[in-house]
Amino acid sequence: MNYLSRIKNRLLNKNDIPEEIEEPIIQDDVSIQIATQRQLIWRRFKRHRLGFASAIVVLLFYVLVLFADFFSTSLPVKYGAARGFMPPQGIQFFEEGHFLSVCKVNGERDMESFLMVHTQDCNVRESITLFGKGYEYKLWGLFKTERHLFGMTNPDANADEWIHIMGTDKQGRDVYSRLMHGTRVSLTIGLIGVALSIVFGIFIGSISGYYGGLIDSLLQRFIEIIRSVPTIPLYMGFSSAFPEDWTINQVYFMITIIISLFAWTDLARVIRGRFLSLRDEDFVVAARLNGASTMRVVFVHMLPSFYSHVIAQASLALPLMIITETSLSYLGLGLRPPAVSYGVLLKDAQNVQAVAHTPWLFLPGVAVIVVILALNFMGDGIRDAADPYQEV
Amino acid sequence: MLNFLLRRTVFMFVALFAVSVISFFIINLPKGDYVTAYIAQLQATGSLVDAEEAINLRKFYGLDRPLYIQYFKWIWQVIAEQNLGFSFEYNQPVTVVIAERLLLTVILAIATVIFIWIVAIPIGIISAVKQYSIWDYIFTFLGFIGLAIPDFMIALIMMYLFFVWFDFSPGGLFSPEYAQAAWSWGRLKDLIEHMYLPIVVLGTAGTASLIRITRANLLDELAKPYVVTARAKGLSEWKVIAKYPVRIALNPAISLTAYILPFLISGSVIVGVVLSLPTVGPMLVKALVAQDMYLGGGIILLIGFMTVIGTFISDLLLLWIDPRIRFEGE
Repeated sequence: MNYLSRIKNRLLNKNDIPEEIEEPIIQDDVSIQIATQRQLIWRRFKRHRLGFASAIVVLLFYVLVLFADFFSTSLPVKYGAARGFMPPQGIQFFEEGHFLSVCKVNGERDMESFLMVHTQDCNVRESITLFGKGYEYKLWGLFKTERHLFGMTNPDANADEWIHIMGTDKQGRDVYSRLMHGTRVSLTIGLIGVALSIVFGIFIGSISGYYGGLIDSLLQRFIEIIRSVPTIPLYMGFSSAFPEDWTINQVYFMITIIISLFAWTDLARVIRGRFLSLRDEDFVVAARLNGASTMRVVFVHMLPSFYSHVIAQASLALPLMIITETSLSYLGLGLRPPAVSYGVLLKDAQNVQAVAHTPWLFLPGVAVIVVILALNFMGDGIRDAADPYQEV
Repeated sequence: MLNFLLRRTVFMFVALFAVSVISFFIINLPKGDYVTAYIAQLQATGSLVDAEEAINLRKFYGLDRPLYIQYFKWIWQVIAEQNLGFSFEYNQPVTVVIAERLLLTVILAIATVIFIWIVAIPIGIISAVKQYSIWDYIFTFLGFIGLAIPDFMIALIMMYLFFVWFDFSPGGLFSPEYAQAAWSWGRLKDLIEHMYLPIVVLGTAGTASLIRITRANLLDELAKPYVVTARAKGLSEWKVIAKYPVRIALNPAISLTAYILPFLISGSVIVGVVLSLPTVGPMLVKALVAQDMYLGGGIILLIGFMTVIGTFISDLLLLWIDPRIRFEGE
């Protein structure tokens, strides 16, 4: 490239890229022009490596949510005094002719320190079958089955007495199985809460942005007030008023509603901003002049043009909801035992001195951190990808 | 400027009103009222209360009147007599129970905000000026993690690590010998020595978001022509960066404080429980679990008031630092 053409390029505001690199970009341009918006977003999202990897992690977590019972080895409430505070136990491969097997663990109370001491006795072992049978449960409340990821080969042996790959808690309940069930509860609370706040957010945000004027400024002040109030104390105040005799399901749904009551404001602001900027666009005005009803203009013409932003904002709200539920249950003001959630599980890890002896009770905390980080990175990736025309 | 000040003042009072209504609502949420609790307490000590006496008591406290009249009675007591009601758990007026804890909560919140500023602004500036350097990447990564991990998890992890590594458990804000003592220089020194951990735990999320915002704003400013002009005129690099772009990039840092404050105070409730701090958080949890509603509602009211007033103060700071707002409409 000679000097003159470089100046020409500079004047035309082009970068001086060598031509052989320009070639594939031009080819790509054609496919970009014919791609739908969804394809463009997908393509950009795939290029966001951290976001994409996190999305896979999130997906795995939701597979656990769907099949929590299948992955568990014992019921989350199944206890046994002799198995209290059992450390995580290894599963052996190819020992004594079994593909997978576990050793017998004997628990005994040390009468000096009063701690449970567990010793492995590998002379007694039981074989494990993949996709074997265990306790009976109903998959999604519909299909009765006994299949689990791990089951005992011997039909007389109980998995809840043999398999504890993440150890047990004070009452001898299997931490791994409890973690599976806790994941199901905590992650679905997040999902339902986000769904509710999308409904609130779209409703209030669209009214505010579509009509503008006095309604808009009133709603905006209202949102500002909600945002200026510290939320956790309020959640705590509301959830402390749940009657003692409420069932787990009632508490679960009330908590979801309370969390989403305050969490929709971010969404509403994003949606309002989009509505304000789209309100006077040609295609919206055209739709209105053609006699489309307000509902039709909002839901058919305006919302689809920025649903990706709604998804991005919602995916960033999801980790916040999970944190809120976890915090509330941790404080004893959210879900209560026998319900299992991340917060309920972490309550067991409250006493640091005790946890120093039983560090595996911290594993639910690791799960919380992993899922929160993954959701955040995924949300960032979606947000970056949400506007596919940004760079092109 | 007057317009802005007026708008924010009106907004502050509306927000205070909203907070008080919500607190009153929470106080009245559980079944039963003050008299029910009072009678239960009397019965627990052995004295009997008949139905007629209960009705008289309700009349005396105005509990037979409509809820909005009860609200105005209650809020009038709060404003005129600084009377937040009576705590059944502690058998003392609420104001007496929470006075010192509230002071410590405020001290902790202010110290955390200062910590956030001191740490986040220089790091944000370094990240922006040395964009894409190794430091920039490290801080961005740490910021992401700090933002994503819930603060009570950070508190738990820190306590665990302290216990495992140093074999001591950091909790509370005072050594035992100062916990119940009156204020003195020794006690203040003791408080400062104990405050590091809670401040770091509480400030992590705020620091992370402030770093990101300072960095983004400064990057925007550094690309502007006036910076190039200043550099072309031969100003020292320090002046080029610190004198103008940084000052403009700091505005969002101040207004962000207004948004950090509610989170900080919300967060301090949970962190307070984990680190067993003598702040209002653990007391709020205890009061709510025991349904000691005047204490719980009173704490929620005061926390809400503190947040709203803190937001107002950060608005005033913005007014002071940003001439564009000061000279608005002149």
